[in-house]
Formats: sequence, structure tokens, C-alpha cells
Amino acid sequence: MSDHQHDHDHDHHFPTPESYGLLDRLVNTLVRKGIVSMTELEQTRVETEKGNPQHGAKMVVKAWLDPDYKNLLLRDGVAAAEAIGHSMVGAPPLGVLENTPEIHHMIVCTLCSCYPRKLLGYPPDWYKSSAYRARAVRNPRSLLDEWGIKLQPQTEIRVVDSTADYRWMVLPMRPSGTENLSEEELVKLVTRDCLVGAGLPDSKVD
Amino acid sequence: MNLQVPVTAPLFKPGDMVRIPLVWPEQKGPCHIRTPAYIRGHSAQIICHFGAFPNPEELAFGKPAQLIHLYHVAVSLSDLWDDDAKQDASLLIEIYEHWLEKLSP
Repeated sequence: MSDHQHDHDHDHHFPTPESYGLLDRLVNTLVRKGIVSMTELEQTRVETEKGNPQHGAKMVVKAWLDPDYKNLLLRDGVAAAEAIGHSMVGAPPLGVLENTPEIHHMIVCTLCSCYPRKLLGYPPDWYKSSAYRARAVRNPRSLLDEWGIKLQPQTEIRVVDSTADYRWMVLPMRPSGTENLSEEELVKLVTRDCLVGAGLPDSKVD
Repeated sequence: MNLQVPVTAPLFKPGDMVRIPLVWPEQKGPCHIRTPAYIRGHSAQIICHFGAFPNPEELAFGKPAQLIHLYHVAVSLSDLWDDDAKQDASLLIEIYEHWLEKLSP
């Protein structure tokens, strides 16, 4: 991480013509050597695009409404995803961590950009930024403050660095004042950012 | 999963205090390490044992990979960073067993 050039390359938020050229050469080389085929690449792209934050939001709301499902979700995220009809075949194990008044989990991958892609799709750009990855494990409370996420002072922040075989999702708390909302309305409250602890569900549907 | 060899029993259980060694294999040559620099040299508590997974340090080079026990360990952020000693925050991180040393109680 001390290598300036290395950090600099990762901080580009927009692909450059040079990076497209490099990607083309890499893909061509891998295909020529028979390591990957264009069909496999296309299949992987199609599979990844089936991931969507909506799947995670549905699981969260189901857990708010059904204690048995909540137990399953916290015990085995893959089984909980399969239970709502989302295939997790080929995906790494999914762990789900529950936020409570005492503890707020926030997910980061300081090494790269590990994220439950099979379920939630591609991670947002900020999740992959060097700034988020550095600050999440160093000043999480000031980071959340800047984003306007006000936690109770007594709530411990628990940053989860996704370094290995699991992928992590957060089960946020159900906001108060949502008792009369339908399941569909509740799902709209659970945004992508809530699912990694970088947001809190709103209590009203827009 | 390249090589499904039987694994030994996990060395640690939830509650055990461990230390992540302060070593830098990357200075000796190309390698792929999933133990971030900032956690090395620190002590932590075992929270959960996940089971055994192929060693990514071998997988990354296409070598047959040993199954290695994987744990969630927790450490207080104030133990990691001098500049934020009072912040009420902690870290959960996945660490493979060969990166953990038992701390004598």
C-alpha cells in the first residue's frame, strides 16, 4: 500500500482508454491460452447481473416479519437466499450479521472489493475506493457521521473486514413507525447501502 | 477445492486469545496473502470457527491447496490505532489458522 503508483491506479473511478486496452489484451491472452472462453465470460456476466440489492432487501424484510426465517438467515445466508428463490450455486458462503441497539456492523474489504455479488450484484464504486477501505477500519464513526448516519452514542461499531472465504451482509434493524407498512413497502426502505451497514432504513416510503 | 485432505482438529475455540504474527512474507518474493498488514502483530479474540477452506496463498498460484481452518477474530480498533484510542469500535476479520498463534493466558 506504500507504493504510490499502485494506490493511484486503484483510485481511478472511470476506466481510461489505456485500461480498456489493457483489459482487451488480457482477455485475448487468456482466450488464446485456453484459460477462459468468451462464452464463459459472457455466462459469468449474465450470472453476476442476476444479483440485485432487491434480493437482500426481501430477505431482510422477511426476517423482520418471520422469526423462523430470521434464524435461518443468521445461521445460513446461502440457505436463506435459496429459500426466497435466488440461486447461490457457485457462490461463496454468505454470512449475515444482525444490527442491534448495542452493535452496528459495517462491511468493508480492505484487500480488494469482496462483496456478496451473487446476491446483491456489483458493489458500488465507493465500496471499492481506497478512501472507504482505509477509513472504514480506522475512523468508522466519523465516516458514518459524514454520511449523515447518526448512531446512538452507546452503539458499538463493528467493522467487518471481508478478507477470506465468506461474503457478508447486514440485517439492519426495522425502523420504528413502520408497523402499518406492507411487505412491499418495507422492501423499498431497505436500500443497497443498508445491506452493508453504510446506511439505515428510512421509516417512510417516498 | 483442489486437494481435499483430511484436516486436523481446529486449534482454537471461541473465546481464545490469539496473536497475528508480525511477519512479512511479501518481502521474500511473490505471494498472495489475505492477512492485511494493519492486523499483523496484534492480539485478538476468537469469535467463531467457520470450518476449513483451501489455502488462498496456494490457490492463487494454481498449487494444490491444503484445507486450513478459518476463524472470525475480533479486536478493538483502539488496540489497532494510536490516534483514536477512545472510539467505541471493533473489528471482525477472517483469519486462517496458520496466521494465528496462541497467546498464553
